[in-house]
Amino acid sequence: MTKKKIIYKKQIVAYVAAFSRSNLKITPCRVIHLGFAAMILTLALFHNLAAHAVEPDEILDNPVLEQRARDLSKELRCLVCQNQSIDDSDADLARDLRILVRERLVEGDSDEEVLDYLVKRYGHYVLLNPPMNLQTLVLWGGPILIFGAGTILVYIWFARRTRRINAQEEADIEEGIIAPKGLTIEEEARLAQILGQVTQENEAPKGQSSKLANGND
Amino acid sequence: MLKNRLVFLFPLILFIALAIYFVLGLERAKEVGNDFVPSALIGQPFPNMNLAPLKQEKPGLMTSDLKGKISIVNVFASWCVPCRAEHPMIKKLSKVDDLNVVGLNYKDKEEDALSFLAELGDPYHMIGSDPKGKAAIDLGVYGVPETYVVDQQGIIRFRHVGPLQLRHLDDDILPLIKKLSQ
Repeated sequence: MTKKKIIYKKQIVAYVAAFSRSNLKITPCRVIHLGFAAMILTLALFHNLAAHAVEPDEILDNPVLEQRARDLSKELRCLVCQNQSIDDSDADLARDLRILVRERLVEGDSDEEVLDYLVKRYGHYVLLNPPMNLQTLVLWGGPILIFGAGTILVYIWFARRTRRINAQEEADIEEGIIAPKGLTIEEEARLAQILGQVTQENEAPKGQSSKLANGND
Repeated sequence: MLKNRLVFLFPLILFIALAIYFVLGLERAKEVGNDFVPSALIGQPFPNMNLAPLKQEKPGLMTSDLKGKISIVNVFASWCVPCRAEHPMIKKLSKVDDLNVVGLNYKDKEEDALSFLAELGDPYHMIGSDPKGKAAIDLGVYGVPETYVVDQQGIIRFRHVGPLQLRHLDDDILPLIKKLSQ
């Protein structure tokens, strides 16, 4: 693992440990995060109870059929609004199609037959979930494949480049063109001397300066 | 070294391939009548329907009557504002020789439809009444106005969604009628 990954992992572990020890400090940022999480969780759990456009006179007496009708309606696009399902849309056509779905179900059509009935008249666009055939698979998979291929290519290019630069550097060090990494003994001593001078200068005026020197733990 | 250079060309070639694929797709969509939603019934027979006549003196819309001549089926309603705007174009079409101009009155009240035609003129040879819009669903109608071109065998060849303008007549409808007449 790289250094950064180790640091992130440690932070997450510390977070979770603090939470389980009830030691977690409540900061405004964390409150907002919790708020968002609660919102999303509520939506996820209760979205089935969300508002819909079905009117009382449309509802079938048979609850099983009615539930099938609701589920199917959610998969069908309202062609007027085009971004809503017929279950959600208030448009006239949506109501007509909702009633049509229920009529087909009462006649005994299976879910697939109801959807086919509509696709035959309105085309595949009426389905909110597009059909999975070869053409659409290419569209779905294409970007991911291209992205993956691109990432691999960039990685290879980078690796080759780094290897080449390192090899070049080693060759130069061998030949004595540039100094080896790290400091020589004389340079270490000189560095210690300079650092010593700087610490002395910092300790002279007290108060603020010592705070600056010791501020970051 | 040359191989490395060629590798750099690969994304460009891929892009050009995709661009050609997408442009071809767009051209194909254009053929279907410049629709946002292309009709699923292009190449299919006009669905079976037997709509009651709106006026006593003219026949209603019976699918079997659509054979023998090229037909224009215009879905309209008195409450539909763009239908008022396109009505002169329908009147223009009624002047074309050997062309059946058929009206499908969609989700309308008889009195309202009759006064619409009295006010703006009646270019239709046949008018069928579809007060609940059920027959129109079989046709794949999703809004008003819509205009269908049906050939002599009763096959739907073209659909235009929205009000017809002169350029649609000139660019799409009239050339198609000419082609079908041959």
